[in-house]
Amino acid sequence: MTMTNPSDRAGNPTLSPRQLMVMRAVGHKGFIIGAVVTALYVLMAVAAPLIAPFDPLDQNLLAKLAPPVWQDGGSWQHPLGTDSLGRDYLSRLIFGARISIMIGFFAALVSAIVGTSIGLLGGYFGGRVDALVMYIVNVKLAMPGLLVALALVSAFGSSFVTLVIILSLLFWDRYAIVVRTLTQQFRNQDFVLAARAAGASTTRILFRELLPNLMNAVIVVLTLEMALAIVIEAALSFLGLGVRPPNPSWGLMISEGRQYMFFRPHLVIAPGIAILGLVIAINVLGDGFRDIAAPEDRR
Amino acid sequence: MIRVILRRIPMALLVALTVSILGFALLRLSGDLVRELAGDTAGPEQLAQVARAYGLDKPLPIQYLNWLWDLLRGDFGTSLFTGEAVSSLIATRAGPTIILALASLVVAVVIGVPLGVLAAANPNTLTDRVIAVVAVFGQAVPNFWFGLVMLVIFAVKLKWLPVAGDDTAAHFVLPVITLALSIMPQFVRVTRSGVLDAMGADYIRTARSKGIPARRLFMRHALRNAILPVVSLSAVTLGFLLGGSVIVESVFSINGLGLLAYSSILSNDFPVVQAIVVIVSIVYVFLTLLSDVVNAWIDPRLRG
Repeated sequence: MTMTNPSDRAGNPTLSPRQLMVMRAVGHKGFIIGAVVTALYVLMAVAAPLIAPFDPLDQNLLAKLAPPVWQDGGSWQHPLGTDSLGRDYLSRLIFGARISIMIGFFAALVSAIVGTSIGLLGGYFGGRVDALVMYIVNVKLAMPGLLVALALVSAFGSSFVTLVIILSLLFWDRYAIVVRTLTQQFRNQDFVLAARAAGASTTRILFRELLPNLMNAVIVVLTLEMALAIVIEAALSFLGLGVRPPNPSWGLMISEGRQYMFFRPHLVIAPGIAILGLVIAINVLGDGFRDIAAPEDRR
Repeated sequence: MIRVILRRIPMALLVALTVSILGFALLRLSGDLVRELAGDTAGPEQLAQVARAYGLDKPLPIQYLNWLWDLLRGDFGTSLFTGEAVSSLIATRAGPTIILALASLVVAVVIGVPLGVLAAANPNTLTDRVIAVVAVFGQAVPNFWFGLVMLVIFAVKLKWLPVAGDDTAAHFVLPVITLALSIMPQFVRVTRSGVLDAMGADYIRTARSKGIPARRLFMRHALRNAILPVVSLSAVTLGFLLGGSVIVESVFSINGLGLLAYSSILSNDFPVVQAIVVIVSIVYVFLTLLSDVVNAWIDPRLRG
């Protein structure tokens, strides 16, 4: 392992790098808070049918726009009131976590696979391959991603799979750049040279020697990109080109609540806070992970 | 300086050309332009006629070259719906977007860079942490939501600012704050790490040992080093804002390029969307080229 920190080693000569990471994680407040909050959101998404008081799609036109519990006429039956179709707002908020997390995670994962492969190839082979990689990255950076995504969603629809694929098109470049830079640094280090001298195939060097050493960096980027993907999904849905009604996406809920925001501001504020909480938690988790995985980079 | 430009030009041209191909293909493949033009009721006879009239019966590569040739002469085609020339449509709508982008960039730099310097001057102190929290918030907050909340507070409740539109400077205050907040965190980060890198570098240690006052060291040497990534980031951000302001424009009803692109996407007005995508990309390529030149001017080492 090239990532171990000598000073930690000196203090705890018997601990493996993984044990050291766990020890540092326990002592890192930001990482713990981020991890706990993210885990709570995931739990909420998984257990949504158990915790949500109502079916998020059940309309009750007799109880439209019921006030939340803290306003006059509010009741604990609908703690956050109901929306313009009489659907329980709290239930929709809880189920919204599913869409955000699923789309955010898979978009970040697909783009991680694409970006890491591209960066690995460019960094390892250099020369023409690298020139090609940089050219592709430059083209990607030059395109107005959000507009292209909007156009693609409008043309190809917004099923779960198409949304994930279109969002991944927006996020693979940072993985490619980070992985390429690191691969260039590792390419001529002893562990790679040794593997090559021992007759390891290129595939083996890329996936068994280099990739494990890149994993921590990729995970850091993955968290940041997942957070971004969640915000962008919400934005697309807000613009009416993302998740379709009647599904409860937080971005869509903000857009639906918009016309009532003067007398029922919580219809807009609550989903926004839900997004904000999740995105901050994932960001803090990612920053914390970077500190833990590579404390020598910490400032 | 000229060498820097010459070295970067082939890649820039190649990227611009590729973007034009992608922009063309993307929109051509995503819908049936002939049917769009002829209308749903048109029979096969009329469809063929329309295809011939617009040159759409030719193979795609020929169509692309025709389109590119028109583009190079400044002819972006006409809108399928209003019949207006796309170039004049874009010219009238670019103003608000450019104002919005430039103003947000200036605000983000003017606030973000000093915050980054402040954080770097006091690493791992309370100041540093507070600045980090502000940065995380700015990065995490969905800007359409933040815009709406500010709209309710400052325009509707307090009535300090107008609710929607782009007629006066006051109309731009909330949108600029919204956009600036979302791009500022990167400037804080880049400045902070740029200054910290410089402070740890050998030439700063040498200068310090020669007795150069800390203040001058900081302003003259460390800051100069941190400026380079800020210049690059500014170029990238400006390019991003020109194509990415659609959300804020829609929240604040600003009639800029973003809204034009958005409404054209919704109505399948291909020529307009195509032109905006290609123009924004080419401006981006130009801006990054410009930032490399500026950086080479600031730092002679980059001129090699």
